[in-house]
Amino acid sequence: MLRRRLRYVLALLRGMGVTFRYLFRPPVTVAYPEEKTPVAARFKGRHWLTRYADGLERCIGCELCVIVCPSQAISVQAAENTPEHQVSRGERYAADFQINMLRCIFCGFCEEACPTGAIVLGQDYELAGYTRAEMIYTKPMLTEPYPGASSRDPHREI
Amino acid sequence: MTALVAEAAIKSAILLFLMLTATAYLTFLERRLLARFQLRRGPNRVGPLGLLQPLADGIKLLFKEDFIPAGADRLIYWLAPAISMVTALVVYAVIPFGPEVHLFGRRIPLYLADVNVGILLVLAASSIGVYGIILGGWAVNNKYSLLGSLRSTAQLISYELAMGLAVITAVLLAGSLSLVRIVEAQRDLWFVFRFPYGTVALILFLTAAVAETNRAPFDLPEAEQELIAGYQTEYGGFKFAMFFIGEYLSVITMSLLAATLFLGGWHGPPLVGGFLPPLLWLVLKALAGVFLFVWLRATLPRVRHDRLMALGWKVLLPVGLANIVLAAVAISLWGG
Repeated sequence: MLRRRLRYVLALLRGMGVTFRYLFRPPVTVAYPEEKTPVAARFKGRHWLTRYADGLERCIGCELCVIVCPSQAISVQAAENTPEHQVSRGERYAADFQINMLRCIFCGFCEEACPTGAIVLGQDYELAGYTRAEMIYTKPMLTEPYPGASSRDPHREI
Repeated sequence: MTALVAEAAIKSAILLFLMLTATAYLTFLERRLLARFQLRRGPNRVGPLGLLQPLADGIKLLFKEDFIPAGADRLIYWLAPAISMVTALVVYAVIPFGPEVHLFGRRIPLYLADVNVGILLVLAASSIGVYGIILGGWAVNNKYSLLGSLRSTAQLISYELAMGLAVITAVLLAGSLSLVRIVEAQRDLWFVFRFPYGTVALILFLTAAVAETNRAPFDLPEAEQELIAGYQTEYGGFKFAMFFIGEYLSVITMSLLAATLFLGGWHGPPLVGGFLPPLLWLVLKALAGVFLFVWLRATLPRVRHDRLMALGWKVLLPVGLANIVLAAVAISLWGG
């Protein structure tokens, strides 16, 4: 009886010892806005419309991404390339390309469907905004400013 | 006479300010410490190191809507938090913070009053504080509040006894009910080191103190999982803050009392006692007590209600009684 009581008290003290040891461990919390954990190499974040190394856009306006998108977040308006106005390598290019980031579920199907590897999902995940309108990313926002800006190799072949 | 009144008024004002600030920062200290126990960082956003967090909390609570739940007894609903806080503050009138100091050519003792039954006043005030909880739970017409306050009542009555028995040991050793005398009696040897009865009394006192202040693992009156927040459920804004201040004030009170009754009050340990001013020794001891409170909360799960009662009546009470007999015999035979 007394022995059992004593064991209880010892268990309490041992528990106190455990928590006391934990007091001196560094916290596991990441102080988020100041420090960030690196994302995985194949992380699916913000989209990019990539370019070839020569600067031509990869997107040929085929709208496969529009078809495969489960949340219907993408809209593409295609237009014909002309010799004076050659935007992509194919016959057509995307005159307008919009992604509604509020609808997007970041599944990556668009990237898988894309025959030219034009649309890719990047590493950026800080995508908050104040209005619905600013969450619809337009073509100038999505197209990488220079080849390789999305950190994908511009020479890669699909 | 006027000078005496002025001195008392100034001292009470300073004490009031200090204790309320200390309470505010105790909540901060607890949150930070608890966070570190759980490998978190704790609040660190408001001000440097999060030091302005208590201020932000206070402002938030002040500006909250002042609501009264339907079916509440308005007068008692208002009165209960006030009772809780005021009784917690009254206790500080008799707690000695240090010996006399010389300031502006006057000898000023670092306590408001050296009441010759000081410890009785402390116990009485903390008992009246229970009314705040009981009335608060009763007045709001909510079953969770009522259950919480009923538990609290049962708990406080049971543990008041154990605490009284622990205190009596210190009183026997010092031969006085005055807290100042009790501290003076520990000049050479703190009462904890009067083995075994002093040590046992301190352990009894601390156990009862945790139950008295409704803190984990004896926080049954609040028991979030079953009672939402017990007697605080229907309180919001600054009325809630007053309950909160009352609870945290009594944590400081109990730490200070443990230091005063058993750990030599403002006396430092022998040999190194002179290195720090007496007031600082008391503060250090109180901080150790507060740390123990937080440490217990970080470690132990809540006790079941019947176990709590069993511990109070079947363990602490007999042990306390036996301890007093032992102490009394030892004192009468060998003078302690």
